[in-house]
Amino acid sequence: MRYGMVIDTKKCVGCSDCVVACQIENNVPIGYCRDWIQETVTGAYPTLALEFRSERCNHCDNAPCVRCCPTGASHKLENGIVMVTKDECIGCGACIQSCPYDARYQHPDGYVDKCTFCSHRVQEGLQTACASVCPTKCIYFGDLEDPKSEVSQLLKTRTYKSLAPEAGTKPQIFYLI
Amino acid sequence: MQEELFSSGRNIPNIDPTLEVWHWPISVDLFFGGLAAGLLFFAALFYLMNKEDKYPSIVKIAPIVAPIGITIALICLFYDLTHKLYFWRLYLTFRIESPMSFGSWVLLLITPISFLWVFSYIEDIFPKLKLKNNFLIAIKNFGATYRKAMAIMLIPLSISLGIYTGILLSAFNARPLWNTTILGPLFLSSGLTCAAAVILFFGRKNKEERNLFSKITLATLLIQLFLMAHMILGDFAGTEAQFQAIQLLVGGEFTTAFVGFVIILGLIVPTLLEILELRGVKIPILLPVLLVLIGGIVFRFVMVEAGQLAHYLY
Amino acid sequence: MTTSRRKFIKISSLGLGGVATATSSLNLFGKNPLLHPLSSEITSSDLKRTPTYCEVCFWKCAAWAYTDENGNIKKLLGNDEDPHCYGRLCPRGTGGLGMYNDSDRLKTPLIRTEVNGEQTFKKASWDEALNLIASKFQDIAKTNGPESIALLKHGAPGKHFAHLFNSFGSNTFAEPAYAQCRGPREAGFGLTFGTWVGSPEPTDIKNTKCLVLIGSHLGENMHNTQVQELADAIDKQSTIITVDPRFSTVASKSQHWLAIKPATDMALLLSWMHVIIEEELYHKDYVKKYTAGFDELKAHVKKYSPEWAYGKTTIKPHIIRQTAREMAHAAPSVIIHPGRHVSWYGDDTQRARAVAILNGLLGAWGNRGGFFLKEGLALPKYPHPKYPKPKWDWQDLAKKYPLAQMGITTEVVNASIPENNPEHPVKAWLVAGTNIPKAIPNLEVIEKATEALDFMVVVDTMPMDVTGYADVVLPECTYLERSDGIRSAPNKIPSIAVRIPSTKPKYQSKPSWWIAKEIGLRMGLKDYFNYETYEEVIAWQLEKLGTSYEEMKKIGVKTFPRTSGDLYLKPGQDYEFGTASGKIEFYSKELKDLGFDPMPKFTQHPEPPKGFLRLNYGRAPMHTFSRTVNNPNLSALKKENNLWIHPKVAKQNDYFNGQEVWLENQDGIQSNFSIKIRITERVRWDSAFMIHGFGHANKKLSRAYGKGINDTQLISKIAIDPIMGGTGMRGNFIKILTTNPDNTALL
Repeated sequence: MRYGMVIDTKKCVGCSDCVVACQIENNVPIGYCRDWIQETVTGAYPTLALEFRSERCNHCDNAPCVRCCPTGASHKLENGIVMVTKDECIGCGACIQSCPYDARYQHPDGYVDKCTFCSHRVQEGLQTACASVCPTKCIYFGDLEDPKSEVSQLLKTRTYKSLAPEAGTKPQIFYLI
Repeated sequence: MQEELFSSGRNIPNIDPTLEVWHWPISVDLFFGGLAAGLLFFAALFYLMNKEDKYPSIVKIAPIVAPIGITIALICLFYDLTHKLYFWRLYLTFRIESPMSFGSWVLLLITPISFLWVFSYIEDIFPKLKLKNNFLIAIKNFGATYRKAMAIMLIPLSISLGIYTGILLSAFNARPLWNTTILGPLFLSSGLTCAAAVILFFGRKNKEERNLFSKITLATLLIQLFLMAHMILGDFAGTEAQFQAIQLLVGGEFTTAFVGFVIILGLIVPTLLEILELRGVKIPILLPVLLVLIGGIVFRFVMVEAGQLAHYLY
Repeated sequence: MTTSRRKFIKISSLGLGGVATATSSLNLFGKNPLLHPLSSEITSSDLKRTPTYCEVCFWKCAAWAYTDENGNIKKLLGNDEDPHCYGRLCPRGTGGLGMYNDSDRLKTPLIRTEVNGEQTFKKASWDEALNLIASKFQDIAKTNGPESIALLKHGAPGKHFAHLFNSFGSNTFAEPAYAQCRGPREAGFGLTFGTWVGSPEPTDIKNTKCLVLIGSHLGENMHNTQVQELADAIDKQSTIITVDPRFSTVASKSQHWLAIKPATDMALLLSWMHVIIEEELYHKDYVKKYTAGFDELKAHVKKYSPEWAYGKTTIKPHIIRQTAREMAHAAPSVIIHPGRHVSWYGDDTQRARAVAILNGLLGAWGNRGGFFLKEGLALPKYPHPKYPKPKWDWQDLAKKYPLAQMGITTEVVNASIPENNPEHPVKAWLVAGTNIPKAIPNLEVIEKATEALDFMVVVDTMPMDVTGYADVVLPECTYLERSDGIRSAPNKIPSIAVRIPSTKPKYQSKPSWWIAKEIGLRMGLKDYFNYETYEEVIAWQLEKLGTSYEEMKKIGVKTFPRTSGDLYLKPGQDYEFGTASGKIEFYSKELKDLGFDPMPKFTQHPEPPKGFLRLNYGRAPMHTFSRTVNNPNLSALKKENNLWIHPKVAKQNDYFNGQEVWLENQDGIQSNFSIKIRITERVRWDSAFMIHGFGHANKKLSRAYGKGINDTQLISKIAIDPIMGGTGMRGNFIKILTTNPDNTALL
């Protein structure tokens, strides 16, 4: 079992529904966010390309945040989800420094917070909040180790990339391009 | 043209647009940690070499700065935590891969030893002081009895502390300016330079000590310059991320602080002054000492701040 | 009211305290219980759900509001059974929660008053406010006739006030959604196909083989099901052709992006027709069976060759030919999208006609992957006495424009200004659910009108700019806290959706049906409001439809089988279109008889003078015009608009990214606020672009006040569509000011 996400940049329109849904589902304070939309424009008028990416914690297989956490608050679950136990977090900020994706932040209450792949929903057999609302259905969530899962199938049949693979973190979010 | 922006308006405090998670206390922590490491290293080393009486400033006097420095370092470290009430979680586990964990444990071990070391020499440091309290006398005697054991422990602990100040930063491969193996030795050598400068100050009246520590300061300065050049050249020859990172120091907003205060005033000028000193030219000793210390602290400020500006490119 | 009046009140004074509490970012020791009273993770299973339909935009997606045991609304999710949303809400729908939680909401009724020579609002009781409104309306009705009281409306609340107004004899209605938005397209399609496009548009995007977007930026306008189906079309690798001078989101998803010179759409449309007819690519059977005036059209478009169009549009002839062929290849599974906001250059009905004719040539209307034959459900009318017949109504105000089919807001404004010597003067307004200063141009004219009015009431949930001009401001509760009429809009299958309050109204806010009823009762219109609560009305209607309030409360949405036949035309099926000839009219006798061109022609529109950029405006997916800008959840996504300019313009003038600038238009009108520059290749060098709806002038909107620029403020030159009265707003030009002209004092 290794949860991961496949996001189709061909379909994403950058509407940010994933961001609002996450904010509300996870009670993320206004002004903070666990996911966000990156827009990249390349080329010159009128030969242009535009990519929207819904980004969040990559739940890296080789997670630097887990390695550098002095207390074990940042840890990786059996199912591949990287979690932070807030009562073990001292707020030293090392994990924030270690993340090449700037996916973590200090919650106003002091502990470090980030995307949990909606672990509480996943346990109930639900999709993550972002995937469940996405109007273009461009966010796919599932078990990367299950060859029959939609995410595995997409990675078998489509071209994809992951973010900053050279950082060696083995991110578990893949972008279809 | 390539344009990159957040279309969902991300603006998280301390994260966007650039990281500001670690503030001045981390720089101060790194400075005093490094300084204390150097002082304790020299003290232990000269003690084990049986030079306790020949070089009293090194072994007995200068180390008084160490426990003070470590205390400041600890306070700073604690102050920069954002979930403070849970700090004790640090000591329920030891995680070798986490410099923060490693450093916390080193600090935990080295702090009492540094206090005991200094306390065992309390009457040498303050000749007019006569301990009257039996308990305090017992502690002093205990320290005096186990000095050798302490010195043996202090050598690896102080080196660990010195290296910790470097690898705390260099362990993050997400921050290209920090992510170089040279940073550990560089911070260690910088800590030793600062320590040597402090010792030079305390031992300025003792001719032998002054001469020896002028040499040692010169040596550590040269090592540091060498390592610094390595770091800069390494980044220049590195990836685009590293190249852009080092631009912050040599061709960006930190250039004045880095080139002016760290390289020229903090390293090159003291090196020249020490060379002059060793050639017999009379120089005011306070000058190189202050320059080295200011260079040391500015170096850490620059590294902590610039390091957070530099980021991975994707 | 008597005072020299209706100076814009910034709702800054008297009894409107409630300073936003600033919270420091870091808390030294542990938790701050005030910051997060709620548990961090909620699962739906602990919550109760109530059906509603969304009111953040006009798409009206059916949703579930989830509430906890204390009646706090926790989240909103789409209703899976709803053909308007397929179970998924857009960001605004999801963030509709912020509308309910917004602490800047209007909290009590307010009445304009004068304190020490300063006009201000005082808090009032509902009784006081309603009595004042009723007595004022009665006075004005007595002196000037009830027709002189106009209703400017939008959305669900508008319906309740329309009932009130009809009851006392006024049908002087208007809404900016018509003449300032989609009116031209309804007129153009009406003339061609005999039916409005309507909302939601009956575009079968899911099944299309070729989608042509000309002047529509799907994905930036989050018309829910259309965007969902657009994603399906992308998945199926359907051909998408986007015509837009700006590299819009959907342009980036298209096989063909035609970077057209602004204001020349008509040339391209005519030229496409030329190619399709000259190369005999049109759907011959369809054209023969269902259309009229083909020969006239053929002769008419002969001169509009791609080579001719190249000179107008800057689109290369071979691209025009290639795209025309691709459309024809996909036909009849092709959609040339009618767009939505299409009041641009004054010839917009004709432009919409061109779009409609092109669809007709390709056989798109009534075919799979084109336009499906929509069907809606007529709602039973809750019984009430017959409405009195007004002596004049909105049609008399709009009679200059023979094909206006709804009230024209700008004409109501004009009729409110005595110096225009209106034939039918308007003396009072009730504004419900629309923020006029952001929706229609020429603020100066609006201010002249409001200054002259005898009385003005605004009903809104938020202290929008328009509230500043009112004599009485009434706080409406949000859609999550109230009942409204049953939603029934034509779509693939007929459906109804209900709105049931999921919690009690916050503060002293009230639902519009209650406000309308209470005013009605005070005006002696008891017979028209023969119900205690609006739930009774809904329950009565639902019974008639064969369901019940109880059932609908459980399911939210109910679909009904189609009765009008198939979704698409069968091959060879006889079908009568709603036009005079019963055919799709390529040649419009109706237009000819009214003295207009029977077939669309190309008109050259003004170009930016030297030193000016064309002002283009559009939408962002997370906002519905000005109404969502203060929403805490949505303002977090986009709190201000930016001025998009081409790198060449930036280079010539040394502008930098993020630079704060002010704007001045061709008539010397300067912006109140500043805007930050975004240098991007996504716009042409002769145009600037900004998102519509920002630059709020009301300080009570703590998140929206002064953020960005209101494009409507800079639109002072309008081109009126002579056919239906549309307000063309795209012919305005701006120059960039790098220093503050300091107009804030003028506010």
